[in-house]
Amino acid sequence: MTTAAIDREWRRYTPGQRRARFALYFGLVFAVVVSLRTVQIIPEFLYDAHEQMADLFKRMWPIAWSYYPGGVHDALIETLHIATLGTILAIFMALPLGLLAANNITPNAWLNYFAKLMLVSSRSVNSLVWALLFVAIFGPGALAGTMAIAFRSIGFVGKLFGEALEETRPGPIEALKAAGAPWPSIFIKGYWPQVEPAFWAIALFRWDISVRESAVLGLVGAGGIGMAINAAMDLFQWERVALMLVAIFTVVIAAEVAVTFIRKKII
Amino acid sequence: MSPNQIAQARPPAFLPNWPARFAWLALAAYTVYATSILNVTWDRFVLGLGNGVRFIGRMLPPDTAADKMALMARGLYETVEIAVIASALGILLSLPIGLFAARNLMPPWITWPMRLFIALCRSFHQVIIAILFVKAVGFGALAGILALTVASIGFIAKLFAEAIEEISLKQVEAIRATGASFMNVISYGVMPQVLNRFVGFATYQFDSNLRNSTMVGIVGAGGIGGTMFAAFQKFDYDYLLTILLAIIAMIMVSEALQNWIKKLYQ
Repeated sequence: MTTAAIDREWRRYTPGQRRARFALYFGLVFAVVVSLRTVQIIPEFLYDAHEQMADLFKRMWPIAWSYYPGGVHDALIETLHIATLGTILAIFMALPLGLLAANNITPNAWLNYFAKLMLVSSRSVNSLVWALLFVAIFGPGALAGTMAIAFRSIGFVGKLFGEALEETRPGPIEALKAAGAPWPSIFIKGYWPQVEPAFWAIALFRWDISVRESAVLGLVGAGGIGMAINAAMDLFQWERVALMLVAIFTVVIAAEVAVTFIRKKII
Repeated sequence: MSPNQIAQARPPAFLPNWPARFAWLALAAYTVYATSILNVTWDRFVLGLGNGVRFIGRMLPPDTAADKMALMARGLYETVEIAVIASALGILLSLPIGLFAARNLMPPWITWPMRLFIALCRSFHQVIIAILFVKAVGFGALAGILALTVASIGFIAKLFAEAIEEISLKQVEAIRATGASFMNVISYGVMPQVLNRFVGFATYQFDSNLRNSTMVGIVGAGGIGGTMFAAFQKFDYDYLLTILLAIIAMIMVSEALQNWIKKLYQ
């Protein structure tokens, strides 16, 4: 008996896996090195960066608090409305797509594929791009912002809702079917109680993201506080910009606290 | 007991949930109210649909003139550069920051400033951070890189710190009991437990950076966004469509790569 059988060297990964990993690491390092070497950075701009930063903060101080009631409050409320209404609209449009994307509810591979394609295309376009498109269609203003938030959120809500539907247990649904329940009853009493916690979690999470995103939509003219920021920046009124940044920060933190609170209450 | 009495004793199977019904009603009332506040009227919507048809008509066919394609290729290349460098920097910086923000390994006097810093990085949208960096370091890719680095720290460091807070401390204890130095405790007790999740956060953040680096150009921070916004403002909608299609294609390639990496690490 030879010892070849026990002398064999043990390795954790197959040669194919090792080669793939090496290719990945090599590709990563290569990408970083090439990017660092070819990216166009103008060094002259860097020499006075600290002065520019100091200048920026000097211009931002003192924060123009007195401007809040006249110029910021309404824009801030509009931002919140855009985020909330956009999210509600998105949920209504995402529910049917989520139902179509879930294989256990729609046992048709083509319909699943179609719904998933719609959801992916909604997600791969950034909300600022959606805002650009809707500004061109509806003109500048809150309507464009609401539609942008809605269309960007459909993919997010629909994907997660569809996945939650696919994870439901078939037991209660079979029981309802056996009792002769019609399709709406099966959905409301069989699927809905199982996905309700996930649904609210998704909706709240998306609302939180929408609040952050709706603050910048105004940069392309889609309403909300971003428009006020853009106007103040174009006029170099940095003390007003500082006020708006503080306002956005406060709202974002408040939204996060609210979401955490509601989540604890209802989930 | 007669069947009738049994039916009375048992509560009905599907009780109406009054608080939930009121919540739905309130939500509906809010929708109506907000719609009226935002001046969203049916007329405007119908008018918009007509505009939309004209808009799409002007987008087609996509503009593929050679000079514009070259401009777009340059913009896309810069976008990828920004995403790659920002992700690399963000990942490198997130490792120590996340570690220092983990409350089960570090004393409170160091976790609190770190957690505050992470919260600050997270609370502003990338485009707003980009505005500040454009002012600080001028127009161009550097501002975009710095803005996305800050955003990456806000995301990766937060999730990394949370992942570390969930680890089992038994292994850390065991390594400590051997008299290992602090760095050894980190690299043999902590990192093996969280590395997998860290890779997951990092790939997700790279994907997110790629999407957002197409946007920071709108405020002058480099990448394809500047070209795209210029095309939009010049009503050059057919070129806009070309750029949009290119961005979507780029993101789909990136998602395919991400899936491949995920499979590699399963």
